[in-house]
Amino acid sequence: MLLQQLVNGLTLGAVYTLVALGFSLVMGVLGILNLAVAELFMLGGYVGLTLMLDGQPLLVGLGAAALFTGLLGVVVERVAYQPLRNAPPIAPLLSTLGFSVIFQTVATNVWGSDPLLLPPELMDGRYQLGSISVGQAQLVVMATAVGMVAVLALVMRHTRFGYGLRAIAENRDVARLLGVPAPLVTSGAFALSGAMAGVAGVLIGLHYGALTPFVGVEVGLKAIAVMVVGGTTSIWGVLLAGPLLGVLEVMTVAFGGAAFRDMTVYGLMILTLLLRPQGLLGRAGGAQRV
Amino acid sequence: MISSYAAGLLAEIGIASIAALSVYVILAVGQLSLGNAAFMACGAYTASVLTVEHGVPIPLAIAAGAVVSGVLGLVVGFPALRLRGIYLAMATLGFGEMTRSFFLSLDATGGAAGYSGMQRLSLGGIWAWVLPLLALVLLAERSRLWLALNAVRDDETAARLLGLNTVALKLGAFSAAAALAGIAGGLFAHWHIFIEPGAFNLDRSTEMVLAVVLGGSTIALGPVFGAAALALAPEALRFIADWRLAAFGAVLIVILLLRPQGIIDKRLLRALKP
Amino acid sequence: MSLLSLTGVTCRFGGITALNNLTLDLPQGAITGVIGPNGAGKTTLFNCITGAYRPSEGEIRLRGESLVGLAPHRIARLGVARTFQNIRLFPSMTVWEHLMVVQRGGGLRAALAPLGLSGAAPRRRAEQALERFGLAPFRDRLATTLPYGVMRRVELARALTAEPSLLLLDEPVAGMNHEEAASLATLLHGLVAEGLTLLLIEHDMGFVEQLCQQVHVLDFGTLIASGTPAEVRRIPAVIDAYLGVEG
Repeated sequence: MLLQQLVNGLTLGAVYTLVALGFSLVMGVLGILNLAVAELFMLGGYVGLTLMLDGQPLLVGLGAAALFTGLLGVVVERVAYQPLRNAPPIAPLLSTLGFSVIFQTVATNVWGSDPLLLPPELMDGRYQLGSISVGQAQLVVMATAVGMVAVLALVMRHTRFGYGLRAIAENRDVARLLGVPAPLVTSGAFALSGAMAGVAGVLIGLHYGALTPFVGVEVGLKAIAVMVVGGTTSIWGVLLAGPLLGVLEVMTVAFGGAAFRDMTVYGLMILTLLLRPQGLLGRAGGAQRV
Repeated sequence: MISSYAAGLLAEIGIASIAALSVYVILAVGQLSLGNAAFMACGAYTASVLTVEHGVPIPLAIAAGAVVSGVLGLVVGFPALRLRGIYLAMATLGFGEMTRSFFLSLDATGGAAGYSGMQRLSLGGIWAWVLPLLALVLLAERSRLWLALNAVRDDETAARLLGLNTVALKLGAFSAAAALAGIAGGLFAHWHIFIEPGAFNLDRSTEMVLAVVLGGSTIALGPVFGAAALALAPEALRFIADWRLAAFGAVLIVILLLRPQGIIDKRLLRALKP
Repeated sequence: MSLLSLTGVTCRFGGITALNNLTLDLPQGAITGVIGPNGAGKTTLFNCITGAYRPSEGEIRLRGESLVGLAPHRIARLGVARTFQNIRLFPSMTVWEHLMVVQRGGGLRAALAPLGLSGAAPRRRAEQALERFGLAPFRDRLATTLPYGVMRRVELARALTAEPSLLLLDEPVAGMNHEEAASLATLLHGLVAEGLTLLLIEHDMGFVEQLCQQVHVLDFGTLIASGTPAEVRRIPAVIDAYLGVEG
């Protein structure tokens, strides 16, 4: 029972991790909270699953979701962030909130507010490992998440783009002086952030076997808590916090009751903000960037 | 006599105005709250339980709801002193969701099934609260105290070094805002005579922020105008019924880009004067 | 009689000692100057007096009452006001609002009264400040949109509306032309004649000599000399540390 919950929690945690990385890419580099990430997560799910229901293979679904939400991420950046980049950070927070509202309405109108149900025969394989049963969907979710994180890590460490991102996160002005093309790298960060969220959306659909237009608010926003707990400037922290909060949430539901689910996750976020604003693994001073 | 439909709209506008003013008051010290629906919930549930279970007269119950919310605002405000900007926005978002799940799990008030049994307030009863509160905020924002709040928003360090008690000012703003939201909640409960945790979700908090950003964040008439616009827009936008929320989102972005202080500000009011 | 006295004030940040065992007295009703090269600890001294920093060691007393550990707003209420090296005006406020915002007195009711109706005393104080600092033509302008010299005057006027007994001025004539500086000097003399005590940080030695009875020289956080401007000028250590460098 406990182990089974652990597996379920890790699956959810894998999804949280990806969305949280989506938030964190923009937050850590530019110091702003892109609320639209939560709805890109939802949209990515719809795009990917619609294709898969149409008979396309998983990889096509994931790729299309990533491409679609990655592009939308750039749209958000161009419209809601660029013109406001010198305004107080609350302004882009509100403008991305505007995009959230738009995306949610679009999804409700295109796909309806009733859940989009996946046919039970889609990824219904189960593997028995001792006393735990792991679904095929769960394996796909975790493997994809690990793959995405690996890709992100490679990009961050070994590409000019990743170098530029880290340089801008460190100091935007110095980065410019060093010849980092800030506007391009910024767009890249939004694109990558959107793509991570979009892929995660497909995964949450596979995990739950269903999708609603509200999954962005219900699941996506919790990734903010994951990002905060892990540390807004620390990718490694998010990798730790994602599975941690996923497991914690599933355990809370299993042993405390569903009603306490959000309280645990958000409670941990608030505690972190108050007691350790730099997060589990973040560097001190993270919260100073206001 | 106005139709019950028009009455419903007017009541909505009144309640939403007070709720929007609660965001406005916190914004006066430069803080954005994405969780004011929580204070509204607290006021709504407190007032409802008092009228339904204890037979307390409605006005008294609503006032009690305001006090309870105000105290909660103070309690929340203390830790919130350490946070600002985006970090406070995230914390208030979390607080709002936590409060919603708290009422979801509270069986005493019906949990997810909601709570009912309240007496209905008349439209006049709603506006008997709204008008004085609006007048109060309109007067308060012309005071020295309000200037002090704005000083905290503009430059907290300088304000403190110039002799302003920034801690008290921030806590006061938080608490007053919570009390306002609490009153909005009490009115909401006694107008709809049914409340459920889902009524006080992130969408509600967002709506309050939307009203302020839309209408104007530098003068109290702005949020009231914004709240009215949001309540009336479904009428005006009937032809795009299903898409009107998207229209709000788009308008919000356009406003932020073109007129970040909102539609109504002092200069506009001056220009409108004959 | 001294208004403010510092005894053995030391202020450290990590390994850096910004102020080292500083002892000095400010006579009531005098203008005292603090000079020293950049990074000598002058602004740190101001920050310790106004409570922005808490000194690591030592005692700061205003009329015998200890200021150490008090919140900045409490220190301000005891009668200490200041201006800032890089002007810090409130971007959303008009000149008039700057002259109202830090005023005190009258309790909550007075504070809550609409500005137009608020008690006669605060308004009179603000009117006087407008007059005295030549700000009347700018009354309803946003303060941060005004010329530099005017902004300096707004800052000074704002500090005075709190009716302090001690005013700390951080480089008050920086960026001012000769004429503006001269008129400021006249103004400050007038304030002192009314009983205000001034402590000012300044780079402009001409201004210091014109104004200050007493000068303290800081270098690397340590007080290296004190005396009248003329005396201080002749001390070799001062010439090395500061005057020599400036040419």
